Amino acid sequence: MTALLYVLLAIVVAIAIWQITNIFKMKGAIATEKDNNAQGIIFALFGVFFYGLMIFSFWKYSVILLPESASLEGARTDTLYMVTMLLILVVQAITQFLLFYFAFKYRGIKGRKALFYADSHKLEIIWTAVPAIVLAGLVLYGLSVWNDVMDSSDAENPLIVEVYAKQFQWEARYAGTDNELGLANVRNIKGINTMGVDMTDKNAVDDIPVRELRLPKGRKVIFKFRSQDVLHSAYMPHFRAQMNCVPGMVTEFAFTPSMTTEEMRANEATIKKVDGINKIRTEKGEDPYEFDYLLLCNKICGSSHYNMQMKIVVEEEADFNSWLSDQKTMAQVVQ
Amino acid sequence: MSDHHHKETFITKYVFSTDHKMISKQYLVTGIFMGIVGVFMSMLFRLQIAWPDHSFSVIEAFLGRHQDGGVMTPDMYLALVTIHGTIMVFFVLTAGLSGTFSNLLIPLQIGARDMASGFLNMVSYWLFFLSSVIMLISLFVEAGPAAAGWTIYPPLSALPQAMPGSGLGMTLWLVSMAIFVASSLLGSLNYIVTVLNLRTIGMKMTRLPLTIWAFFVTAIIGVVSFPVLLSAALLLIFDRSFGTSFFLSDIFIQGEVLHYQGGSPVLFEHLFWFLGHPEVYIVLLPALGITSEIISTNSRKPIFGYRAMIGSIIAIAFLSTIVWGHHMFVSGMNPFLGSVFTFTTLLIAIPSAVKAFNYITTLWKGNLQMNPAMLFSIGLVSTFISGGLTGLVLGDSALDINVHDTYFVVAHFHLVMGVSAIYGMFAGVYHWFPKMYGRMMNKTLGYWHFWITAIAAYGVFFPMHFIGLAGLPRRYYANTAFPLFDDVADVNIVITMFAILGGAAQIIFLANFFISIYKGKKATQNPWKSNTLEWTTPVEHIHGNWPGEIPAVHRWAYDYSKPGHDEDFVLQTTPLKEGEEES
Repeated sequence: MTALLYVLLAIVVAIAIWQITNIFKMKGAIATEKDNNAQGIIFALFGVFFYGLMIFSFWKYSVILLPESASLEGARTDTLYMVTMLLILVVQAITQFLLFYFAFKYRGIKGRKALFYADSHKLEIIWTAVPAIVLAGLVLYGLSVWNDVMDSSDAENPLIVEVYAKQFQWEARYAGTDNELGLANVRNIKGINTMGVDMTDKNAVDDIPVRELRLPKGRKVIFKFRSQDVLHSAYMPHFRAQMNCVPGMVTEFAFTPSMTTEEMRANEATIKKVDGINKIRTEKGEDPYEFDYLLLCNKICGSSHYNMQMKIVVEEEADFNSWLSDQKTMAQVVQ
Repeated sequence: MSDHHHKETFITKYVFSTDHKMISKQYLVTGIFMGIVGVFMSMLFRLQIAWPDHSFSVIEAFLGRHQDGGVMTPDMYLALVTIHGTIMVFFVLTAGLSGTFSNLLIPLQIGARDMASGFLNMVSYWLFFLSSVIMLISLFVEAGPAAAGWTIYPPLSALPQAMPGSGLGMTLWLVSMAIFVASSLLGSLNYIVTVLNLRTIGMKMTRLPLTIWAFFVTAIIGVVSFPVLLSAALLLIFDRSFGTSFFLSDIFIQGEVLHYQGGSPVLFEHLFWFLGHPEVYIVLLPALGITSEIISTNSRKPIFGYRAMIGSIIAIAFLSTIVWGHHMFVSGMNPFLGSVFTFTTLLIAIPSAVKAFNYITTLWKGNLQMNPAMLFSIGLVSTFISGGLTGLVLGDSALDINVHDTYFVVAHFHLVMGVSAIYGMFAGVYHWFPKMYGRMMNKTLGYWHFWITAIAAYGVFFPMHFIGLAGLPRRYYANTAFPLFDDVADVNIVITMFAILGGAAQIIFLANFFISIYKGKKATQNPWKSNTLEWTTPVEHIHGNWPGEIPAVHRWAYDYSKPGHDEDFVLQTTPLKEGEEES
């Protein structure tokens, strides 16, 4: 690959030098009819390249995209995404075609006079009104999804989890049997109490600190995010979930996991993607990869920003409950 | 003024000049120099992204101790993306683009002898120069330059404990930007006053070329929003150096609790994006204005929907100041605000669509003269559409959740403001080079430059959408920590190759530009057969622009191929014929 790069570079440099020496010979500065003709044709070819690149990318790179959403809320945003993307592609295909086609078709010919066409109220009203109507629909649809995703007030018996960010590590805390998180502040950080939980708060005693995030399938999870030092962003791409972690405040996001880790591993798109990844890994002589949900940091936070992650496991609620009951509570940990 | 000749020394003519034409050239050359630095940085970090473990001797030569055996350090990687962003957005596409063409064209196209205040104009340039120098000096400080991203969100940018770049490097960044804002304000005020007061006889606002409308409205946005960045920078300096807590609260870092309490980083985000989003249009509108002018001239057709174009410029400018929150959908601000910002953001698509359709209609049934400037203008319309459309995804709060801060965003804004604006800048340089230097640029090199750049730009940014949709966050030094992203590695290699191709293509431009200054073909007075006033001035620059009286204007700027005229262009100075209607 690198060799190819150097060859490519050498070619470009060679062309550049060759062309630069030509500058002294060719003093042409204003496009002639011949130039108009040639450049118009190149625009048509470029149009072909453009559509080719689009089609190629969709064909070749679809496999690297994220598999279907692993949360109920994410499934709604995915539908919205498909609708929006379809609209984008239609508009893109039409406008770019017109642009390149006109550049080709109306390339200048000596002696021809262009059409003096300065204004048309009808046309302008059409292409103000049509986008306005389409966008109105898109806004209404988008906002209904947004309100749905962001409003978790009507959730029945949600699981409450705190996700805690620091350079360059994630921690988490479950709210315990009372399902209420105890107060916390960085001023309480001491020894093993790495999240600064206020142990004088009665809600804190049964909280469960963990280093691996497990979630039950089918139950709404309300995440409370905190940060210890700088801005981080908790990004869970498979669940279409993201929220910044801001020092000095608690932020919130919620979703309902809809596929266990096992189910996602058995998903067709996931299998295809994992196969692709493992092919690359085998070539490099690395261990095979098995799919797991991830929590990543998605807000620049310092030198190891690129390696701030935590594994997420989604399992059936019964398995989750038995796992959680095996974990130590804050009271046990701090003792 | 014009008939007595000033005795000018080298210093007053070439260095501390108050002549808008000279100042414009100073802006351009400084902008090009900063552009070289900014683009070169992107080449370095693209190498790192494509081959994270590979050792490059070239990196050793440039990064010195900020690399480890030919592999750059994570901190240096972050510094490079930070300074690349800062330089390209502010120093190249704000000062280099708007500074160059506002200065050159405002007096020449409205029929004025110079800017309202030549002195302030000179001060504005030299403040810009000073801020550029400080920014470049910051590259050489001990711990490295600012590295918290070009958006410099605190607390990362506020605490030297959080990253090495947040020490002296960040201080210099803030000082440089504060001076830059001062420079920008002086320039903008000058542009506004000049356009309002110094138009020649007959030059009604509704006869102004769209370039001037774009520069004028851009200056207004700048005056409204840049001071907010200054205030954000000053408050951040206070937090950093004087112990205040505007943006900081409850921080525990490196084993100790800091004293800050009560501030909020979200406040900084609001202040930053109150400039940051209008800034997109400060960069883009001048490019669109230049494109309007060039597409019309080279299509030999009036720009379609002149009044709608002005209306959409004003609408975009107004809306640009009330959409900043779409950068903060997942910042933790109230979801209701997210709804409001989604609504205002998607509204911007309407005037943008009007502009795109009007450009395409202007080409329809034209007689296109394929000069290099025209190619870049058509290219701009293409990238403006490609990049603008994905704004429908990012501006929609529900969809932004999952692509926020991924490479999808990087692809989007590079196409819609980066590539588009730089195309506008190139178009402007090719088109007005004869006006600036009295010589022509070579068209063959111009064609090569455009086509390689166009292929490279789409080759870089089209595949980039896909790695964003694969969930890859931006600003990752390497993706090797995630097996999940192993399959984007190949895409990144393709992108880097196209990036290097595109970067190398700019050598063609540089050679063409600098050689043409000395060896280019001598320009005629109106080489593109254009209607506007700047082409009525003599080729040789004179102080005051026109010998004798400033010409009066009798018509709008877009009477191309007007029926009833022999030529396919009619200068704005040509009086209306009897019975001729003004368009």
